[in-house]
Amino acid sequence: MTLLQISEPGRSPEPHARRRAAGIDLGTTHSLVATVVDGRPETIPDADGRVLLPSVVRYLADGAPAVVGDAARAAQAEDPLNTLASVKRLIGRSIDELPEFANRSHYEFAAGDSIMPKFATVAGPISPVQASAEILRALALRAAGTLGGAPEGVVITVPAYFDDSQRQATIDAARIAGLNVLRLLNEPTAAAVAYGLDRGTEGVHAVYDLGGGTFDISILRFTKGVFEVLSTAGDSALGGDDVDARLAAWIRAQAGLGDNLDHGAHRQLLVLARAIKEGLSDHAEMEITLSRPSGENWLGRITRAQFEELIADLIERTLAPCRQAVKDAGIALDELTEVILVGGSTRIPLVREAVAKFFGREAHVEIDPDRVVALGAAIQADILIGNKPDSDMLLLDVIPLSLGIETMGGLTEKIIPRNTTIPAVRAQDFTTYKDGQTALSLHVLQGERELVRDNRSLARFELRGIPPMVAGAARIRVTFQVDADGLLSVSAREQTQGVESRIEVKPSYGLSDEEVESMLTAAMDHAHEDMDQRRLRELKLEANQTMEALTAALAKDGERLLDAGERTDIAGALARLHGLNQGADETAIRGAIDELDRVSTVFAQRRMDDAIRNALSGHGVAEFSGDQDA
Amino acid sequence: MAITMSPSAVRHVKGFLESRGKGGGLRLGVKTSGCSGLAYVLEVFDEVDKNDEVFDIEGIKIAVDRKSLIYLDGTELDYVREGLNEGFKFKNPNEKNSCGCGESFSV
Repeated sequence: MTLLQISEPGRSPEPHARRRAAGIDLGTTHSLVATVVDGRPETIPDADGRVLLPSVVRYLADGAPAVVGDAARAAQAEDPLNTLASVKRLIGRSIDELPEFANRSHYEFAAGDSIMPKFATVAGPISPVQASAEILRALALRAAGTLGGAPEGVVITVPAYFDDSQRQATIDAARIAGLNVLRLLNEPTAAAVAYGLDRGTEGVHAVYDLGGGTFDISILRFTKGVFEVLSTAGDSALGGDDVDARLAAWIRAQAGLGDNLDHGAHRQLLVLARAIKEGLSDHAEMEITLSRPSGENWLGRITRAQFEELIADLIERTLAPCRQAVKDAGIALDELTEVILVGGSTRIPLVREAVAKFFGREAHVEIDPDRVVALGAAIQADILIGNKPDSDMLLLDVIPLSLGIETMGGLTEKIIPRNTTIPAVRAQDFTTYKDGQTALSLHVLQGERELVRDNRSLARFELRGIPPMVAGAARIRVTFQVDADGLLSVSAREQTQGVESRIEVKPSYGLSDEEVESMLTAAMDHAHEDMDQRRLRELKLEANQTMEALTAALAKDGERLLDAGERTDIAGALARLHGLNQGADETAIRGAIDELDRVSTVFAQRRMDDAIRNALSGHGVAEFSGDQDA
Repeated sequence: MAITMSPSAVRHVKGFLESRGKGGGLRLGVKTSGCSGLAYVLEVFDEVDKNDEVFDIEGIKIAVDRKSLIYLDGTELDYVREGLNEGFKFKNPNEKNSCGCGESFSV
């Protein structure tokens, strides 16, 4: 029975006028779809009652449709090259990042002219975006059965750390699957929604999400009916997969298997390790039965304590990002109201202990940690499609890295600082550097460092048609806009003439979470160095501008206003500054600028006098005195 | 002919009317629509119509048009929480069937 809300006069909702919306958790190892039924979010099972769809796609020869889910996962061992798993790790990444991944994986990659990596399969080259689209299509089909038609809109969750290109690639995958993406939602934010923290009291909450392949920690603040993500941190190469690998390696060593397992045997070992891991969440000890390649069985056992010792450092590694996120959020641990656990790996008792110890309180586990994200996405989708018109719940996310542009001297000017809530619009005025400059090249950057070369280049574009003016007179407003999906558009507008240029930043696929993190760490580690660099660059710019101005003045008036000795002095000081400015000695450059200033003071005075004389010349004194003759 | 309200429904209706700041009271009714015929109306009202029957429950004015009242006689309006969702529920003895999604019913 549907629960009703009081409507305005004459506005009672028509029954069955609801629009079909679904929430999708597109995970590294598993994916789920959920929808709101009778005001309650529910995950949608397949015909066999399974809710989790393994994020595995198997491609078949001769144009047969790809197989997704359990059947594909079952075929991993027999058909490893055509069975793609964990493609989320690659979505939105460039081919340049492949060597590291390729070394660790058993896949074969197709050569192509695109920078997007493609798996070589019997169905031809397949990109991670296409494989993700297959998973989304399977989920949408499942949802259609429950909704009574294809979903009109979906909310897809992504890790909080996904950058622009990874988000864009996810949207592309949805488009290929024929889905209308209402919005991308950060996974931890979705979890908080599922727990109904939006109906609770105001407070600051932590969401600890240890999934199959990624770890995310987010600090959310809920105030006045609005969720705001205060900070996010994580480790994109840490999850249940690593736990499985650790356990598999242990079993392999115990069973005396060599290092050179073929693809199939390796997969089998991982599947076994996974089952043992899951068993150890409920049992203190598990028996292991492994069929060796030779055919005979190996029997072993492992206790929970042994298992915990094996993985203790993996769990410990989640705590540093937790510390970072709490610090970034600017809160003390005891200010946290609730802690939520998300992701199948949080079923491991050791994880729960570690989290409880770190945050000093028991975490919420009431909602199935595998489903909680999809449930939250479904609630959000229901609101966005318009089924709850009166709902004022707004979800705010943050941008993971600062966005800015390059300014003279190879410096980065931040326009939107990191952890700004999105959607966000920020504008800043810039000007021209040279007289008569009619074009401005804009270089859009992402990152925390001071120098352009240390940050990531997102896009370049040009603003042309600036009216010629003296340096510094033009006013160019650069506007950065980040929409609710975290996608950036940048526009530049010259204020006097109104010429405008803009760019949608669909960045070349390619910045990994590891990079985002290492960029953050680097910014901290290099804070002092960066500051020094910035000062040096700015000093050099000042030196260049002084020299340029003086050289121009000398060419014009040097002969006329200075004697030979004075000219030699100035030329000498100029040469010294020019020489020193190639180096990095700040004090020396500063000294040379001052010296040049000193020797050219007399020149500046004479030019000033000369300018005044010129202004007056041709006019009789009488003109100024009022006397008519002369 | 009678309609009743549970204490929690009374509390929530009063809260709603207070926060809205204006309104004469609550309108209950049925309208024809949906897969098995009828759907409930739950609205605030600003003016009563000449066809309305008006009840007073715990100081709340409840307006029901005469036609709807036939279908609603004996109904208790309740306010419940189910899982993550909460809202009003018509406990209507006249209701014979409701469709799968529970948004419409028949008598």
